[in-house]
Formats: sequence, structure tokens, C-alpha cells
Amino acid sequence: MSDEFLTLATLIGIAHSGVRLATPYLYAALGEMFGQRSGVLNLGVEGVMLMGAFTAYYAVYLGGDPWLGVLAALATGALMGLLMAVISVTMQAEQGISGIGLTLFGLGLSSLLLKVLVGAPVSVKGFSVWEIPGLSAIPVIGPIFFDHNVLVYLAYLLAPASIYVLNRTTFGLKIRAVGQNPEAADSLGVRVNAVRYATVILGSSLAGLAGASLSIGLLSIFQENITNGIGFIAVALVYFGSWRPLGVLAGALLFSTINAFQLWMQVLGAPIPSDLAVMLPYILTIVVLAVGVKQIRQPAALTKPYERGE
Amino acid sequence: MTTTLLPTGRPRIDHLEMRQIVKRFPGVIACDHVDFDVRAGEIHALLGENGAGKSTLMRQLYGLYHPDAGEIFINGEAVTFHSPTDAIEHGIGMIHQHFMLVDELTVTENVALGMRSSRGPFLDLDKVEARIRELSQAYGLQVDPKAPVWTLAVGECQRVEIIKALYRGAALLILDEPTAVLTPQEADDLFATLHQMKRDGHALIFITHKLREVVAISDRISVLRGGRLIDTTPNQGVTRAMLARMMVGRDVLLERTHKPLPRGAVRLALRGVSAANVTGQPALRNVTLEIHASEILGVAGVSGNGQRELAEVVAGLRGMTSGRVEFDGHDVSAWSPGKRTDAGLAYIPEERMHDGIVQEFSVSENLMLQDYDHAPMSNGILLNFGEIAKRGRELVRDFNIRTPSIDTATRSLSGGNIQKLILARELSRDPKVLVAAQPTRGVDIGATEYIHQRLLDQRGHGAATLLISEDLDEILALADRIAVIYEGRIMDIVPREEATAEQLGLLMAGVTEE
Repeated sequence: MSDEFLTLATLIGIAHSGVRLATPYLYAALGEMFGQRSGVLNLGVEGVMLMGAFTAYYAVYLGGDPWLGVLAALATGALMGLLMAVISVTMQAEQGISGIGLTLFGLGLSSLLLKVLVGAPVSVKGFSVWEIPGLSAIPVIGPIFFDHNVLVYLAYLLAPASIYVLNRTTFGLKIRAVGQNPEAADSLGVRVNAVRYATVILGSSLAGLAGASLSIGLLSIFQENITNGIGFIAVALVYFGSWRPLGVLAGALLFSTINAFQLWMQVLGAPIPSDLAVMLPYILTIVVLAVGVKQIRQPAALTKPYERGE
Repeated sequence: MTTTLLPTGRPRIDHLEMRQIVKRFPGVIACDHVDFDVRAGEIHALLGENGAGKSTLMRQLYGLYHPDAGEIFINGEAVTFHSPTDAIEHGIGMIHQHFMLVDELTVTENVALGMRSSRGPFLDLDKVEARIRELSQAYGLQVDPKAPVWTLAVGECQRVEIIKALYRGAALLILDEPTAVLTPQEADDLFATLHQMKRDGHALIFITHKLREVVAISDRISVLRGGRLIDTTPNQGVTRAMLARMMVGRDVLLERTHKPLPRGAVRLALRGVSAANVTGQPALRNVTLEIHASEILGVAGVSGNGQRELAEVVAGLRGMTSGRVEFDGHDVSAWSPGKRTDAGLAYIPEERMHDGIVQEFSVSENLMLQDYDHAPMSNGILLNFGEIAKRGRELVRDFNIRTPSIDTATRSLSGGNIQKLILARELSRDPKVLVAAQPTRGVDIGATEYIHQRLLDQRGHGAATLLISEDLDEILALADRIAVIYEGRIMDIVPREEATAEQLGLLMAGVTEE
């Protein structure tokens, strides 16, 4: 590759896009991490994101404030999380299967609602870029990190917040205990299923927000299957990050930066077949999951419904 | 009534009474009008076979099950427990047989789990840690509050469990088979702690099936059999034989006659064997053992010191990192499990439900798992069901397996009968080398007696037996020589006549005389 592609401006552009594109992955994967740490695998993230993306978009389309869109996405996510929790925690359905069901449900319903309620998608006025005064003026750093919409900033704050919740709160302690040894938690009076409901609903709300961060944040439009696999990648990122918030953050950034790189290469007309470039992040995911995941850190009770007694 | 406070600052339970407790499960009455009581300053042993209803009774006292009928009184007042939380609030603590600890959390986090924090939604681990240090000082319970539980040894985990209960203000402590996993010395330490708690006015319930311990430490003894209370008696003039008779309902042979046999040539040898466990950590380190024909070599040790890997290496189920295994002088290190079986190996695995049988298969199917691929069970392609049924009926009869029929799903049999089934399959081939891992764990006294006799019979037929057990009494009863394993090393091998429980206990804890 000749060096005309890799000027400083290009590099800043790639980094800026990388930071920006990580947003939906961060919300979705950190949310999913809470569920998994408590022992519930929700493969329905993709479907929840689609519904969150649509409801946020629709709220703004009807003339609402973008924050109303965020609320709509959170509420939609919570509702779908409740559904997932009823199916997989109370009814103890096979989690991998019920999650796929939720994904297909979200995909179908969001497309249907788009056709019925909106018709041909038009763009809306979502969150606009908010340059953080002072910080955005710093050369190189400023344009990369401090030149985004508010949902991007919040996504990055979610990582330290997750660490705090998991390690410093009684709720976090319960989550960790329930995901590793629900029987022990139960014997100490921790309501195992209540904790799992809480994490699944929390995780799903964040998946809804992840959808909103696309439709009224990064793109300002909703299209059929707008997420295009982001929800599934988010699930993979939880494994990649060994169920740790910083690991998830690192994974999301790595993934989005490679994605940004291939997008920029296409825009700049680099001599790489575009199909190959598009495949790059996904190939990376598979390779990393195959070699890199430390199964040893996996919550011991992941995917196992809890039932008291012998 | 005035309430007396314990040194932990919690009210004492002067008297707890369970009256006419009934608990039914589908098809069985687990507790049949049981009366049971315990007082402050007393150790009350609850004795019975597996399935006698001990654990079920105590789980009702801890709020894990709800009685179908009957009442519980604390200091004369009727109480109802809907969950463990209720029981904990009434001052009841339980040390479960399988520790209720979250391995990934630290000691302090385990203690804090489920408790209200003084800082609301935020953890107050510093305060919890200070309190743990106080309790561990007061009762001689040494633990490091900051250590993650997965780094702790079994004895330490048990101390954490006791601290956990005390931290919750337990005035009454239920201990479910607390010594099952301890070395004799660790058990002594535990007893010292229990005596201290008893002096302070705690009420203690000690569930066990070990007669020796019952006689040694309890004030009163209650015996359950088949869900019924047989008797409650003060521990005065009580003998082990009397207790065994109450438990089983007939006289039991506690000491086995064990004639020395002239031992033959070396049948099974391990030479410098090292192997890794599931997580890749070294589990066996340079193990060398020789077992002769007509000899039982007992391997004693605390659970998790390489016993499982040792059995699997001999069975061919686990690769070695170095060393070799020999049968009759032939190096069989590279042989598959099937080839070793054909060469005369029999294997009674530790995890009988997972490794010993196919749970969904019928009794007769499980009985022919080693022989299905050759005559007379099959012609190599098609199974011969007539022969399979015939063999099934013979073995069920010969080994006294209690099953409704040979077509019954094996999982529905009791633990003792499943073990007899495995024994029947393995021993009916008249093996030259026998690996028996925890052969009587969780098996009732009657079946244990039978299994022991079968192992001795096999020894009489010239088999070389590797007996791995965490039950020192079992090893002392059966083995000709005793090897002690600690952290994957054989600490010493002693002839049975020279071995004492105390000496073996020290070796099991990794202490050598030098």
C-alpha cells in the first residue's frame, strides 16, 4: 500500500471513526455482560437492538426530542428483556434457542413497523455532534475523542460505571455470585431469579439504547436490519473481553477500529477488493474467539437455569 | 423469658424443637412424624444412612424445604421458615456438605454476600473484614479474609463456612457431614472449635454416618432410619455396634477379617508417572507404585490431591506427561482404555453416575457395556438380545442388585445399587487389575459391607487392586499396604499392620517426619 493513504489526516479520521463506531458495541456488549455474569446468555441482543433502534427513530420521526427516543429505546429494551427473562429464567428454556427467537422476532417486527408506520425511511434530526469545549481543541486528541454526539461519550462512561457496579455494590456482588454458584447464593438468601431478571432487563435496555445510538446517533435513519449483525458481535465481544468491562471495551475498540480502517480504505479507493475488506472484522472475531478466549473465566453457571433442590 | 446473649452478641437459642415433622416426596416419605430437639450448649448428633432423612429434616430446619406437617418451636414459640433467610434471621446456620462458597469471590465477599451493607447499595467490605478477624480470633478459625476462595484448601473453606454462619449471628449451627473431607487432624481442629462454641452456649447439630465421631463428640444421639426416628439417646454407654444396629436395622460386621495372603508377582506398576489435571496444572508428580497379585494397595489422601488423575492414568483415560504404566511387565502406556480392558483391567470410577453408567440405559444394557462388541453379546454387528437379557438376569441375581427389572432405567436405582451394578459388570470379567476409586462413597452401610466383601474376594482370586479412598477407615479395613498421596506425590507407603490413623493423617497433610 502506498503511503498516500496513510496521511495524518487519514489516521485521525480512522481513529475518530473507530471511537465513534464502537458506541453500539459498547452499550450492547456491556449490557450483555451483566446478563452473562449472572448466568444468562441472551442471544436476542440483535433483535432488541433493532426494536430499540426503530422505537427511538419513530419517536423522533413523530417530532420528539432525541432524549425521548432514548427513553423509548430503553423502555422497549426493558420490555423485551422481561420477555427474555420470563422465557429463559422462569420457564427455563434453552437460552441459545430462545435468544435466536427473540432476534428473529425483533427483526421481523421492526421491519413490519417501519413499513406500516413510516413507509419509505427518511432521515430524522437525531443527536448532533457536541464538541466538548476546550478538550476538542487539543490537536489530534481533540478530533479523535471529543468530537462526537452525547451517546458516544455516555457509552465510554458505561465501562467504568460497570466496573464500579460489579465490584463495589451489593448488587454487583450478587450478580457475580449468582453467575458462579447460584446454589450458594440461594443458601444465603439471595433471590437468584430476581437477580437474573434484573440483569437481563438491564442488559436488554442497554441493547435497546445500542439500537438508538445507531438510528438517532450515528446514522439518523432507520432501515430494515440496520444492525446487520452488531448484536451478535456484541455477544462475541463479551467472550473476547473475558466477561470484564475493560476487556469488552478493548474488544469493542479493536473491532470498530478495524471496521473504520476498512471503511476508510474503501472510501479512499485502496486497491483491496471491498468484499474482502468487509469480511476483515468478522474474520478477526472468529480468529480471536478461537484462540483468545479464556474459558476459565467464564461464569460457571452461564446458560444454566437455577432450580432449588437436588 | 429472659434472653441470654452469646459472645457473638446474638440471642441464644435455649431450646429448639421440631415436632411430628412430615415431608413427602413423590413416592417416598422422607420424614415420617419425626421429633427432634436441641438445646444451647449441646452437640446433638443426627445419625443415619444415606436416604434416612437426615438432610431432608435439616433442610426443613434451614428453610430450604417446607414440612408437609409438623411444627418448629424456638424457645417455646412456633416459627415458620419460608426460606433460608427466615431461618438465618432466627439464628440458624447451616454448614452444607458441599460448601456453599463462590470460588471466584474472596473470603470477605463470600461472607458479605446476601447481607445488608451499612453503606446501602455500596459494599462495606472493610467492616466485614474486621468482623471476620474478630470471629476467627475468638473461635480459632484461621483464614485470610482477602484470599479468593479458589485458592483455599478444604479445611480452610470449612472455616469460612463457619465464620459465615457466625457472622450472620447463628446461635444454632447445623453441620452436614463436616468431617467427610478433612484429615484426622483437621477434624480434631474442627472439634475443638465446636467445643468452644458449645461452651459459649451455641446449639450444635452434627449430621454424620461416622459412628466413631458420634461417640467421640456428641452429648446426645438421634438415629433416623427410613424417614423415622428410631431413638434419641444420651451418649452414655453407647457403643458403635449398638448405633450401627439402629441405623441398619440388623447386626452389621464393622471389622472385617482380613487374612494376609501370599502376594504374587507385580501385576500393575506405575513408574515415574507425572500427569496434568483438566486445567493443565501438574496433578501427579513422579508417582511410582507396584501392586502385586492378591494385593490391595490403598491410596489415602484428602480429596483433590491427584487421586482422580491417578485412577484415570491407570484406566488409560488421561495422558501422562512422563513415566509409564505396566501390566504384568508390559508397557501399556500407549494402549487405549479398550485395549487395557481386554487385557484384564477393571475400573470402578469415582463419578459413578457420569463415568460408570449411561444413566438412560437399562440395567441389562449397562451390564454389557464392556462386552457388547463380541460374542456372546453380539456377532460384531447385531446385538444378541437374548444373551444380553440372560447375562443381565444372572448378574442382577449374583450381585444382589435391587431393581424392579433388568429393563429399568439405571438412573432410577439407588446409589448403592448402581455401584453394585458397576461392580457386577467389572468383576464378572474376573479382572487381573482392578482400580476402585471411592467405591463406597455415598453408599449405605449394607451395600458397603457387600462391596468390601467383593473386593476382598477379588483379592483372593489374585487381582491386583488399586483402592483409592478418602475414607481412612475403609483403607485401614481393606488394604494390605497404604500409600499416602499429597499434592500428586506419594508421601510414603506403609504396611497396614504398622499404619496408624494419626501417622496417615500427618502424611495426608503433607507432613513428613524428617
